[in-house]
Amino acid sequence: MISFSKVSKVYGGAQGVRALEQVDFTVAEGEFVALLGPSGCGKSTLLNLVAGFEKLTEGQMLFHGQAVSRPGPDRGVVFQEASLLPWLTVWDNVVFGPKVQGLMRNEYEPRAHDILKIVGLEAFHKALPVQLSGGMRQRVGIARALVMQPKALLMDEPFGALDAQTRLSMQQLLLEVWQRLKTTVLFVTHDIDEAILLADRVCVMTARPGRIIKEIPIDLRRPRSIDDLTNSEFTHFKAQIMAEMRGAHDLH
Amino acid sequence: MPKAESKAGPVVPVHLWERLRKTVLALVLPVTLVCLWQLAGNDGAIAGGALPTPDRVWAAWMKWAFGTSTFGLNPYIGTWTQSLWFSAGRVVYGFAIAIAVGVPIGMIIGWSKLASSMIDPTIQWLRPVPITAWLPISIAIFGIRDFGAVFLITIGAFYPIVINTTQGTRDVDKNWIRAALMMGAGQRDVLTRVVLPAALPSIFTGLRIGLGIAWTAVIVSEMVAVKSGLGYVLWDAYYVGRMDIVIADMVSIGLMGFMSDLLIVSIEIWALRWRRLQSFDA
Ligand SMILES: Nc1ncnc2c1ncn2[C@@H]1O[C@H](COP(=O)(O)OP(=O)(O)OP(=O)(O)O)[C@@H](O)[C@H]1O
Ligand SMILES: [Mg+2]
Repeated sequence: MISFSKVSKVYGGAQGVRALEQVDFTVAEGEFVALLGPSGCGKSTLLNLVAGFEKLTEGQMLFHGQAVSRPGPDRGVVFQEASLLPWLTVWDNVVFGPKVQGLMRNEYEPRAHDILKIVGLEAFHKALPVQLSGGMRQRVGIARALVMQPKALLMDEPFGALDAQTRLSMQQLLLEVWQRLKTTVLFVTHDIDEAILLADRVCVMTARPGRIIKEIPIDLRRPRSIDDLTNSEFTHFKAQIMAEMRGAHDLH
Repeated sequence: MPKAESKAGPVVPVHLWERLRKTVLALVLPVTLVCLWQLAGNDGAIAGGALPTPDRVWAAWMKWAFGTSTFGLNPYIGTWTQSLWFSAGRVVYGFAIAIAVGVPIGMIIGWSKLASSMIDPTIQWLRPVPITAWLPISIAIFGIRDFGAVFLITIGAFYPIVINTTQGTRDVDKNWIRAALMMGAGQRDVLTRVVLPAALPSIFTGLRIGLGIAWTAVIVSEMVAVKSGLGYVLWDAYYVGRMDIVIADMVSIGLMGFMSDLLIVSIEIWALRWRRLQSFDA
């Protein structure tokens, strides 16, 4: 589905920042993978390569067996600050993708309605993004990605800017949505709890050079809910990941 | 939708008396100046007869606007509206061309590094040339005709429009563009559906400045290169010693500039409704 082999990314020429160094990494169809790591370790860079926002410097990266050359609707991206178009209503933001792709109205409108219902915003069609709270804005961000029926969902710290309580409810929402749609998800976060709660597999990254040092399968039963945050299995995974991250830190 | 409504807030009603108060306040200064000017004069003139007093100007203006000439053709009786439309028509014409040329070029310069390095330097070299310096070329090409004025207006309004559009285009949030590309938008959709609306606040700033320059340009060119309009009347009236008409003409220009700016601002407020809501948030 997504595969990196020996991928490096250098920003700004030969003397530039080596954001990723020889990364090998795969995501299987329908898998939910979390990228976890400290600030500046290259999480966004990795995700932006898949999205087609950045070009890799060395190595090979395939999405569905094809090299990625540009962004496209088969890879729905959810941004940290939602990045909705502020002059469009919730509805127009959600149908922006289908519209510019030239799809027929009767094809995408029912789907857009369904998805707005799933994210709990059917009453806010006509609202402008500024009239929404941060959590609601991010739901629109998720809806506009899902409406395109992407093969993969790429989420870059989508709940990072939300308060703790809203974040919990968004995590719950994402678990429910994923349970229904089983889309492939690549999810960037620096929140250990969030990574364990959501993902099938947590990839721990380190900075300088940016690489994945450990992949930890999370075989907590599904469906999950935010109640799992307190059970003993969960705590076990958390201890393991914290040990990895501390170990990585000590290497420096 | 309780949340949406509480955040947007009801539009604050502007009470009638509040508006009245503003109007009265705005009138204090000009009315005082006119009164002083009136009082300074004696026998209907001040500065040794160089300038007429306001009452004379007013009388001349009314005649110019509404009078009917009884015998022969008098240029200062009943021709005001006609002159006004000549000038306003040229402004609309030239300004429209400036928008049609300036906005796309500004967007291209702001969007493409290549276009920026190829076009921007030329614009920056030409920009310091004042519109008055273009007069000889304009007359040489278009003669003493209408299009000479339109040409000057276009040149004058072009620079602020192009520069502000370029800036607005460069300042567009990178993630909006990425989001649009991710949703399958092509270059054209990105430009028309994302970059243009995002740059609109900047573009309007350029339009307002450009419109001000357009009025300067039309008056200057009519004074020299065209035989009709407010600018022509201004210069002509000066030559025949009709200072009352000169002053009435100046006030008319100010009024037109003010009204056309008001028009642009109303369009701006309408087009950027989404931004007005945003300021409630801040
Ligand atoms: N456009 C860019 N130009 C130059 N350097 C960049 C660019 N984007 C990222 N970098 C650098 O690459 C490295 C990795 O950045 P990246 O944004 O991928 O980190 P991150 O893990 O997402 O961090 P955060 O958690 O803070 O978002 C950092 O050192 C950063 O400074
Ligand atoms: Mg990041």
